[in-house]
Amino acid sequence: MKIGIPKEVHNGEARVATTPVIVEQLIKLGFSVSVEAGAGKAANFSDKAYKDAGASINKSAEKLWADADIIFKVRAPELHPKLKVDEVELLSKGKHLISFIWPAQNEDLMKRLAAKKVTVLGMECVPRISRAQKCDALSSMANIAGYRAVVEAAQHFGRFFTGQITAAGKVPPAKVLVIGAGVAGLAAIGAAKSMGAIVRSFDTRPEVKEQVESMDAEFLMLDFEEDGAGSGGYAKTMSKEFIAAEMDLFAEQAKDVDIIITTALIPGRPAPELITKEMVASMKPGSVIVDLAAEQGGNCKLSEAGKVVIKNNVSIIGYTDLPSRMAAQSSQLYGTNLRHLLTELSPEKNGEIDVNMDDEMIRGATVIKEGKITWPPPPPTLSAAPKASAKVEESPAAEPIKEKKPLLPASVTQFIPLILGGAALYMVGASAPASFMTHFTVFVLACFIGYQVIWNVSASLHTPLMSVTNAISGIIVIGALVQISSPGFMITVLSGLAILIASINIAGGFLVTRRMLEMFKK
Amino acid sequence: MSQGLVTMSYIAASVLFILSLSGLSNQETARRGNYYGMIGMAIAIVATIMSDSVSSYVVLIIALLIGGAIGAKAAFKVQMTEMPELVAIMHSLVGMAAVLVGYANFIDPSSALTGVEKTIHEVEIYIGILIGAVTFSGSVIAFGKLSGKISGNPVLIPGRHWLNLGLLVTSIWLCTQFVAGAETGGGTFSLLIMTIIALAFGVHMVMAIGGADMPVVVSMLNSYSGWAAAATGFMLNNDLLIVTGALVGSSGAILSYIMCRAMNRSFVSVIAGGFGTTSGGPAATVEGEVVEINVSETTALLKDSKNIMIIPGYGMAVAQAQHTVNEITKLLNGKGKNVRFGIHPVAGRMPGHMNVLLAEAKVPYDVVFEMDEINDDFPNTDVTIVIGANDIVNPSALDDPNSPIAGMPVLECWKGENTIVLKRSMASGYAGVDNPLFVHEKTQMLFGDANTSLQAVLKELQD
Repeated sequence: MKIGIPKEVHNGEARVATTPVIVEQLIKLGFSVSVEAGAGKAANFSDKAYKDAGASINKSAEKLWADADIIFKVRAPELHPKLKVDEVELLSKGKHLISFIWPAQNEDLMKRLAAKKVTVLGMECVPRISRAQKCDALSSMANIAGYRAVVEAAQHFGRFFTGQITAAGKVPPAKVLVIGAGVAGLAAIGAAKSMGAIVRSFDTRPEVKEQVESMDAEFLMLDFEEDGAGSGGYAKTMSKEFIAAEMDLFAEQAKDVDIIITTALIPGRPAPELITKEMVASMKPGSVIVDLAAEQGGNCKLSEAGKVVIKNNVSIIGYTDLPSRMAAQSSQLYGTNLRHLLTELSPEKNGEIDVNMDDEMIRGATVIKEGKITWPPPPPTLSAAPKASAKVEESPAAEPIKEKKPLLPASVTQFIPLILGGAALYMVGASAPASFMTHFTVFVLACFIGYQVIWNVSASLHTPLMSVTNAISGIIVIGALVQISSPGFMITVLSGLAILIASINIAGGFLVTRRMLEMFKK
Repeated sequence: MSQGLVTMSYIAASVLFILSLSGLSNQETARRGNYYGMIGMAIAIVATIMSDSVSSYVVLIIALLIGGAIGAKAAFKVQMTEMPELVAIMHSLVGMAAVLVGYANFIDPSSALTGVEKTIHEVEIYIGILIGAVTFSGSVIAFGKLSGKISGNPVLIPGRHWLNLGLLVTSIWLCTQFVAGAETGGGTFSLLIMTIIALAFGVHMVMAIGGADMPVVVSMLNSYSGWAAAATGFMLNNDLLIVTGALVGSSGAILSYIMCRAMNRSFVSVIAGGFGTTSGGPAATVEGEVVEINVSETTALLKDSKNIMIIPGYGMAVAQAQHTVNEITKLLNGKGKNVRFGIHPVAGRMPGHMNVLLAEAKVPYDVVFEMDEINDDFPNTDVTIVIGANDIVNPSALDDPNSPIAGMPVLECWKGENTIVLKRSMASGYAGVDNPLFVHEKTQMLFGDANTSLQAVLKELQD
């Protein structure tokens, strides 16, 4: 099947749905790839690079859409500014479209796509289950957004991030507060931390505390018990009391920190307002706020989507296209997510795809199947959090079984072997004749020598040791040698056999040991 | 040769055996130790043949020559990967010989003991044959399991501990019957029945032990073969046999104990058999996505790494990949990378199995480290290559109290930056335990025969 990569038409969109490196991998999966001329230009991928990777270059967008069986895109279809026609119209029956769709916000688009009898997979609809992580484009993009948020903040912040003591005086480190420790939040924490800032973070879900601390940032705790974890690993709306406590915390932090990065989003709702006008006013002059939720209404009251505004000497960054501002990186990650999804769709790797609705991951991503709207899918059932708690509950149940009470206290049991051994020795000593006792002395002493000699063997020599002891235990041949001259045919036969097999052992054991030891050289 | 000279030779042989074993505890002295053993054995055999008690030489010499030839041939032909099988089958030979010698001694009419001494002698015969038979059948089963002729899974008969106890009580009762019978010249029947019971016990005992415990079994059988020789020594009033048997017996027991300690398992529970029978609940199942890696990505990763750790397992032995591993190691060392080997004490199917294979491939032994020496270095490791190992790198041994291998120390490779696991398929290890390492976020799987994959990696590294 042929994959078509059109140039993104959204104003300012620099990303592209695949890169030359990924084209090679797509071709290995058995697909052919056609790229619209100039599609990767904004992300610094030239047409030549695509061509060298094995893709064909198509000058006309219209023809590209018509030829391809599968269209890879970044943004959802919209009006094509040059062709003056909606991209939906370029699709025809039986085609596949894989891109961001946002079905909840774009009902009309969904209806028009369905009318075209096409199959559409939404990259943001890939369920949040562990095996689908490799297709999770939202996380890839959020990761970039988080990183870029710090870069943008640094751009507008007039000081170092890291603290320095220089000949020209002491510079305090910047203090960064990251609200919402999701993928973007964690990426921001990592980036800010690596630039040397003091980083604090807050999230309504207490289980992310560990993740924040693993990034070496401080997790701000509320003295309040409420778990903010919703289904599928996202946050949910919190109670009034919780929000009040939370706002107090932010107000206090706003006076102290230099940079606030907000990433708080609840799926399918406007972004919660966390930074009020008053808090902005209380911040130090020159501070920066980066509002990653600006597109969904903003976490900061004063942020404006797509713009940088300065209010009360605080720069408030409301860019909504942070991933596109790092187009080469985000195209690479998004393209890899697409390729992974395609690998799942084409298990045979034969260049054909099968939209298997029994597969939980593909089922979740498919929003329109051959003209039928299949969104929303049944809710995802697997989430890491409840499983972890179930595991914790399991172990205490296992504990009591292990702690079975011993019959006797340890102080007594440790003497039992001694007592038994002593009793056995006494019985032997009381009944056995002298000739046996001399042999027994030899036996016990030999046991102790063996114990002493072996105790310090280095582990690498265990095998040679075993084969040499094996050879030595062939000493049993002596027993047979002593017997063989006794009268009686049976005795001769039995002893002869014993000599034979014992000597196999002796020769084999020593020689194989020698062979092994010859190999042990420095 | 006079009796005094024979005894003196025996003492010399005993001393040489002790020197041999102590020599084997260190790389530098190991080869000398082996020669001591050979000399000791030669002295013992020659002295015995020259002694007054031996008068017929024809059968004796023929048997010695044939046996020696077979042994030598086996020693030169055996593949290093087949060492565990060879050792196991050799143990069975000692057991067999002990049984034969016991029977020969029993039917030997020339002994003229009376009273308590006679009773003790009968008991010694009885015990010698018992241990010999258990060693024999146990080793044969171990051989079958190691060579894959018998499934490695533990076969657990319900109430097996009671069965074992029953067999023990029966053996003791048969012993009294035998001693009573032997007074009047009979007892053969009791002896035969006991032999059969002992054989069955040996089979049952080893069948119940899981494949991952095989190293312990091999060294335990080694110990038994020593005890069998010691019992024969008591029977024949031969101090050399007693000393040597006791040496081998106790050294094997200590070795088994060291193994068990390395696996954090109690010796008794391994011997009593059954893998993971004491766990309290179902082990957590493993869920997650396996990430595959291909040869060129592996090569690229190796080229970018500074600290590389290689963890070999039984899969390396099966694929005969040790030579390729050595080539790769040499090449990477030449590029200034720090390549080391981490060896788990129970990697492979017998103690020290991996060391022997690496030595065969001429990997210098000073880059080969034991688990305890190297486990703390994983956080500084850029990439760990796991070659056909499974249970010894299973994180659930540490995290999951219900895992059958819970509590066993493992090589903590997941603490490093990257782990590449070479494996033929997603099948579970010998212990039949799922391994969360394979779905760990830092783990990538390189599927296929280890040698083929590594050959390809080697080729790309050379280009």
